[in-house]
Amino acid sequence: MPTGIFLTFDPWINWGWLSSHVPLFEDALQQHITLTAIAILGGLVLSLPLGVAAHRWRAFRSPVLAVSEIFYTIPSLALFALLIPYTGLTVVTAEIGLIGYSLLILVRNVMVGLEAVPPDVIDAANGMGYRPLARLLRIELPLALPAIIAGIRIATVTTIGLVTVTALIGLGGLGQLILEGFIENFHTPLVVATVLSIALALVADLSLAGLQRVVVPWARNT
Amino acid sequence: MGFLGSVWRWFSDPAHWSGADGIPQRLVEHVQLSAESVAIGALIALPIGIVLGHYGRFGNLAINISNVGRALPSFGILVIAFQVFGLGDFSIVFSLTALAIPPMLTNSYVALREVDPDVKDAARGMGYRELTQVLRVELPLAVPLVMAGVRTSAVQVVATATLAALISGGGFGRYIIDGLAQQDLTKLFAGALLVALLAMATELSLAGLERVLVPRGIRLLRAPVMARATTFKAA
Repeated sequence: MPTGIFLTFDPWINWGWLSSHVPLFEDALQQHITLTAIAILGGLVLSLPLGVAAHRWRAFRSPVLAVSEIFYTIPSLALFALLIPYTGLTVVTAEIGLIGYSLLILVRNVMVGLEAVPPDVIDAANGMGYRPLARLLRIELPLALPAIIAGIRIATVTTIGLVTVTALIGLGGLGQLILEGFIENFHTPLVVATVLSIALALVADLSLAGLQRVVVPWARNT
Repeated sequence: MGFLGSVWRWFSDPAHWSGADGIPQRLVEHVQLSAESVAIGALIALPIGIVLGHYGRFGNLAINISNVGRALPSFGILVIAFQVFGLGDFSIVFSLTALAIPPMLTNSYVALREVDPDVKDAARGMGYRELTQVLRVELPLAVPLVMAGVRTSAVQVVATATLAALISGGGFGRYIIDGLAQQDLTKLFAGALLVALLAMATELSLAGLERVLVPRGIRLLRAPVMARATTFKAA
């Protein structure tokens, strides 16, 4: 009887193993969230001044977009590999790439958001005596907020996917469990970690959508 | 000479330009895997996106597919496909195709949806039948966005094909994965350069193709920045 294949069959999810290894997934999830949060906050801090500058000084616009378009096409694994000889298998290597990619998404949305502010509104603000900086902070940026938050949503979901790739440079959060499951040919960690990664992305997207409703209630459909 | 010197010597070594692990062979593998996946993905995604966009139906579905597509971790999908279908190109092409579909579907949906209703009315008034109207009026106007979707998918697939080396696939990813495994920084860096160049070449050549395909009449209307309906980045 050729029963060998059945004897060695590895179920997609081994619930017994899973229930005794919950801390493993908690740690991975925590690392995943930390890596993502640093990337998004770093990208946001850098993209706001860049986006504002590119909006204010038209000459910056095309170079900023062209450079980001080119940088964005570089595959993440290739970017990490290009950095490893200089920054090693470290968090720095991972975050340079992750911050870089989120920065590119955010800069574009900051610019689009600022450009969509109606000229009449700017005129009115000028007429009311707003100085450029006050006008930017109190009129233009709040009106650009829907586009900026839309950018944060895209950047967050994208980064959560990219973090799994950093498993290949020794980090990875949930990606680490995917890699280990793959190497040991054990289905449970890799299936559960993939599902958790998708779930994390969807939960993050939905909560940011909720935040969007609270912060910019006038923009329902972005 | 330092590190970059050793990379230069790697590239000038004739041994790396021939044989099964040579650059030409790895290039062919990488392009072949990517082209197959994008082509199959296009055959599935474009007709669906075009039809849904033409009728303006199921807009939420088209948008949600792009959201879910973005959330799929390419790395996990590849590894799971490998577990299901086993070793070989089928697992790779299967997962790359799955990743290629969302950008093309969403972009072609938005492209057809955004065609000026007045233009559609005019076409109808001139006596165009539905199919002719789609093929001769709406599609030419939608080319920029449809092609933006193809371009996005192609770059993404070329990027993810690098990861395929992990599940014993060929392509330039081989140098990166082997370089990491053998702690050979030179090979790792050279492979990364090749992958980055290939991704940029894909982007530029498809942008060129797009320029050729866009009808002359609407070329003047185009904004200087090439539009995309949605941003994608995987792997």
